[in-house]
Amino acid sequence: MSKASKTVLDPLFNDNPIALQVLGVCSALAVTTKIETALVMSVAVTLVLIASNASISALRNLIPPSIRIIVQLVIIASLVIIVDQVLKAFVYEVSKQMSVFVGLIITNCIVMGRAEGFAMQNGVKLSMLDGLGNGLGYSVILLVVGAFRELFGSGSLYGLQILKPVTEGGFYQTNGLMVLAPAAFFLIGIFIWVLRTFKTDQVEAE
Amino acid sequence: MAFSTKYIVGFAAAVCVVCSIFVAGSAVALKERQDRNAVLDKQKQVLKVAGLLKEDESIADAEVAKRFEANLVPRLVTLETGEYDDTADAATFDQDKAAKDPATSAKAPEGNLAKVQRVPNQALIYQLVDSDKTIKALIIPVEGKGLWSTLKGFIALDVDTTTVQGLTFYSHKETPGLGGEVDNPKWKALWPGRKVFDEEWKPKLTVIKGQAGPAADDPFRVDGLSGATLTSRGVTHLVQFWLGDDAFGPYLKRFRETGE
Repeated sequence: MSKASKTVLDPLFNDNPIALQVLGVCSALAVTTKIETALVMSVAVTLVLIASNASISALRNLIPPSIRIIVQLVIIASLVIIVDQVLKAFVYEVSKQMSVFVGLIITNCIVMGRAEGFAMQNGVKLSMLDGLGNGLGYSVILLVVGAFRELFGSGSLYGLQILKPVTEGGFYQTNGLMVLAPAAFFLIGIFIWVLRTFKTDQVEAE
Repeated sequence: MAFSTKYIVGFAAAVCVVCSIFVAGSAVALKERQDRNAVLDKQKQVLKVAGLLKEDESIADAEVAKRFEANLVPRLVTLETGEYDDTADAATFDQDKAAKDPATSAKAPEGNLAKVQRVPNQALIYQLVDSDKTIKALIIPVEGKGLWSTLKGFIALDVDTTTVQGLTFYSHKETPGLGGEVDNPKWKALWPGRKVFDEEWKPKLTVIKGQAGPAADDPFRVDGLSGATLTSRGVTHLVQFWLGDDAFGPYLKRFRETGE
């Protein structure tokens, strides 16, 4: 596998930011009650990751090491504000539902982690691919968790009713736990378990 | 490679300037669109509280304006007298602006529980009308402090001026998942059928701690939002303030007596 495609594909399952690096879990709990919000969040984080990795990588030889974290933070924060403004302008209702969590992308450890851990050492192109890969790795988990939570918590998928809830005269007793944040913990835990069953090299030594 | 202090300061300044240009640029460029969305969202909330738009229904922007025009009549009310004022243009009336301007507002009573600072002299309400222009409901703007922010919304009252038809908020910054649950359709569904006023026409409707009974048996109480005592209290206060004597009380009294 070439280095470029490895950079993009590795974070999907081999080096997943949530499942293996266990970063960015907070937002994975908060925005995954429905697929729609999970999808918008995934796109937003992926775009921020690509753009922040690109700009930090381009500046990597100019950034004085003593203030590099602050510089990274300023760049990431600006990008997040711009994404937030765009969401407010084009998908107002979704952005209203996501409320503070878009702003909290700033503190998402994945973005900062990739900037510090990858973009500071690698070229612009490779850094963008790394941003894309990690964004997609994050999105995979968000969408899987979002799909389970929406299906079992509200009986629908992307707003389409699949299981008709009892409250609307159907047969399905909605699972209240799924709507609450702990459900995401369980699902992410199961995801990690399944992943490590197939990829035994991810299991930490006892 | 060592960097001089001068370089570091210069670099930091340059990064800040460039970033602020991008942030400011995007904010200015998208402002018009965002404002339009905010207006549209407010109109949708009015439609929802009037029962003209279901919670999960999504409609085109043009349809919002159409339903608005067909069913809702904006009216300006002079709060002190409770009379309509048809001399001013209701369509362009900006209540937030009017409430800030000393010429068009008065100081709210000291220590009011909703923590309202100023009450506008005139306020904009919507009347829900059927095809014969008979008034079916009054949609009244309410606002007040929750925990973090001012909650702004609408309450829809039946023509008896006491039975609630709905409550909704179009703007607030309460904690998501706790106070933010004021947006939860399940909680909002608890409001229709409750009564605002007691026998002496004093506002009595309260958001309590814990669960209230069904609207028919327990008309003056609504379930509290768990984990959001201050937001719940804020909702009680803002409903009681705006429907009370300091705001829409005189108007509602006049409406009960004259039926229009």
